[in-house]
Amino acid sequence: MTLTKTSEGKSLTGTKIDRRSWKLPIAFAIVSVFSGVLFVGFAEDAPTGFNLSTGSDLIQLPVVHLPALATGIVVTILTALIALGSAFMISQDRTVPKWIPIVGAILALTGFLTWAAADETLRVPELLAGSLVLAVPLVFGALGGVISERVGVVNIAIEAQLLAGAFVSAVVGTLTGSAFAGLFAAAVAGMLVSFLLSVFAIKYLVNQIIVGVVINVLVSGLTGFLYSTWLTDNPEQLNNPEGFSTLAIPILSGIPIIGPVLFKQTLIVYLLYIIVAAVAFALYRTRWGLRLRAVGEHPKAADTVGINVTLTRFWNVALAGAIAGLGGAFITLSQTGQFGKDVTAGAGFIALAAVIFGRWDPIKATLAALLFGFASNLQNALSVVGSPVPSEFMLMLPYVVTIIAVAGLVGKSRPPAASGTPYIKG
Amino acid sequence: MKLELRGITKRFGDLIANDHIDLTVEEGEIHCLLGENGAGKSTLMNVLYGLYQAEEGDILIDDEVRHFAGPGDAMRSGIGMVHQHFMLIPVFTVAENVALGHEQVYGPGLLNLDAARTLVRDISARFGFDIDPDALVEDLPVGVQQRVEIVKALSREAKVLVFDEPTAVLTPQETDEFMAIMRQLKSEGTSIVFITHKLREVREVADRITVIRLGKVVGEADPNAGKEELASLMVGRAVDLTIDKAPAQLTDNSLVIDKLSIADETGHRSVRELSVTVQGGEILAIAGVQGNGQTELAEALLGMQERASGSITLNGTELLGLNARQILDAGVGYVPEDRTVDGLVGGFSVAENLMLDRSDGEPFVKFGTLQTDVLNEFATEKLESYDIRSQSIHEHVSKLSGGNQQKVVLAREMSRELSLLVVSQPTRGLDVGSIEFVHEQIVGVRDRGVPVIVVSTELDEVVSLADRIAVMYKGQIVGIVPADTPREKLGLMMAGERITEEAA
Repeated sequence: MTLTKTSEGKSLTGTKIDRRSWKLPIAFAIVSVFSGVLFVGFAEDAPTGFNLSTGSDLIQLPVVHLPALATGIVVTILTALIALGSAFMISQDRTVPKWIPIVGAILALTGFLTWAAADETLRVPELLAGSLVLAVPLVFGALGGVISERVGVVNIAIEAQLLAGAFVSAVVGTLTGSAFAGLFAAAVAGMLVSFLLSVFAIKYLVNQIIVGVVINVLVSGLTGFLYSTWLTDNPEQLNNPEGFSTLAIPILSGIPIIGPVLFKQTLIVYLLYIIVAAVAFALYRTRWGLRLRAVGEHPKAADTVGINVTLTRFWNVALAGAIAGLGGAFITLSQTGQFGKDVTAGAGFIALAAVIFGRWDPIKATLAALLFGFASNLQNALSVVGSPVPSEFMLMLPYVVTIIAVAGLVGKSRPPAASGTPYIKG
Repeated sequence: MKLELRGITKRFGDLIANDHIDLTVEEGEIHCLLGENGAGKSTLMNVLYGLYQAEEGDILIDDEVRHFAGPGDAMRSGIGMVHQHFMLIPVFTVAENVALGHEQVYGPGLLNLDAARTLVRDISARFGFDIDPDALVEDLPVGVQQRVEIVKALSREAKVLVFDEPTAVLTPQETDEFMAIMRQLKSEGTSIVFITHKLREVREVADRITVIRLGKVVGEADPNAGKEELASLMVGRAVDLTIDKAPAQLTDNSLVIDKLSIADETGHRSVRELSVTVQGGEILAIAGVQGNGQTELAEALLGMQERASGSITLNGTELLGLNARQILDAGVGYVPEDRTVDGLVGGFSVAENLMLDRSDGEPFVKFGTLQTDVLNEFATEKLESYDIRSQSIHEHVSKLSGGNQQKVVLAREMSRELSLLVVSQPTRGLDVGSIEFVHEQIVGVRDRGVPVIVVSTELDEVVSLADRIAVMYKGQIVGIVPADTPREKLGLMMAGERITEEAA
């Protein structure tokens, strides 16, 4: 009797362990050790400045100075406390509040920045504004991914949609001399790439992952070929688009820190705000969103209530392509000023990661894309102030963050049930 | 509303699923469509619902020919359908599911879910359903999901309701309630097409019966006809619905399950501290509504559940913790509930499937090489002794009918020296002829003194095969009763009612 009781008791804890996740304390234990070695052991004993304002701000905030060594010590201790605290809470079967990992991440980031930029001054609004600029194509791409996957078609071709948008907006923008025409043409180009995906994935039921990969290679090859044979010969006539200039929104742009970051941007970025809000709202509150999600979850059920699954998928994948195409336009019209071979540089794949990290939700995917944008920009910001970290290592950062985010932090998430499955009637 | 199908013919390649079928459903009648699995009932209804297009024939509503290009057209004509596999979106709420496809909106497309909620409440009130419009469908029990389907159909003002095998997922009590709902619908003037192969239900509720066999209407039957008569009409020959078996001769062999618990990866326990003993020479049937832990229990017996605790001992040997290979070597035969997914490799030949579990050594494999002569001889012999209808032993197993596929699985599992046989849903989707054969084989193993566990959701099968019946509910056995226990009592147990010892 005692024997069976023990075995049952064991199994009870056994099942509970399965439910607990020790990721959080382990992650912060690693951060703490890392911080102790790097931020304390290799610290320069000099203050780091954080400049929170730009020259044009209405309210000028003072430059904040943090002593590098002391900050390193504080961060090490606090992250260790978080690790221990969350480990204790999990062992007691209590849920760790959500703000704890967020506070921990901010601490770790502060520690890193203070250490890396010791004896220099970091311009925080510029760091954040740069992050946003790098994140914009990712957000457009991620929205395209969310819509497409929510309707049941895996969109690996985000990279191709961005690239097509970038190429076409450069050419059309130059030929017409109008940035708006370039922007519009980019959406059309993204949509055309989507048509290609739709035809093979929805009509001919080809494996969607393979079609997506093939389309990426195709568009990369095609734009690369046209660029080298055509654009490089006549850069002035073909690859010199009129860009969008920065528009500062009165009053809002004067808010300290976030003002210059969010409200001193180009028109495309403001368009992005509207699209994010519209998609996030419409996906859950409108007939369009309800049908879209129904088709992505259970296409047969949608069919039996009279919804045309094929058409719903076709047009929404097209819409997804158009949105991703706008992201491509942003690259050429606002970031680089012209098209270059493979100018998107894998942004489409990072956007894909943002879709998964954001659990197929427009807002969460946008936040994920912003995080990836920040990781990319950190490298730029730190190379300016001359950080001790080798720049090659910093170049890896966005991808490292992506892998950690998708593999480590996403945990169990449930994609739309029918994503990637072609719908065959009957 | 009067519905008439005239000369409907539907082909899939060479197969004629519906061959000139005529069917008339009068207003306010319950019309049973009776036929075996694969007789073409569901195909016919999918044609009616616009999911398939018929090659020939007409659909008439109130004597007017209609063409349905899709389910939307059928719905607009007043036809509603409750599918065998519910057409509900699990992550949507009840209201969202009811609204989907004919949403009420504000302005350009803003959802008005309040209208859908009201609709759900109103229709629920009419029928005495207790449905929360804001509950997620995936959280609802199967019986309630079915009611959501009914609400969904009625919210579109369906005048003809088609129920495709609606009772397959219900407990006997829920089935009774469902019958009452059908009668109420009928009294409100709704016509009902009730598709089933369960004779008991047909006789209880039908106004008219149309029997379909091999894609053709073979006749109308009187609702007062006897079960044997209906069965023979359905199958096309005289059928013996009882199983001949001698009283159980218990042997010393035994399977002892002690405090078995099984959890899934989220920690949810599908089987909880279940204890039961099966003696050699008896069939213990595990009854219960699907999803009460039977699948997990059967899988655990073959070592396919990782998070299992407690103990499973077969003739004194502990099976828990062994892998499937070791358990097979211990003499366990296992027929999984879904033969196409877990029992067979569709793209392999009949012969290869017959040796799947013995690929690790002699006689079929020597020095890592397949012994084709030995295999072919073995397979040919099994083909004959199990009456597997296949063009050859090299035919892909996926080309075989369900009954013949099941025979391949049985032939393989029974060709080893068995010390335990576990059979899940032995006759799911089989025709009556195959059912008889499979039942004989299972009883044959029992008569050799081997403990046998049969897991089945078909109460008829449980009652006719079992020596003892264990009823599972929410991962536990609520009672073990003799095979002659009245159905009403089994039904109550399947709904979770515990039966006291003196009753057993």
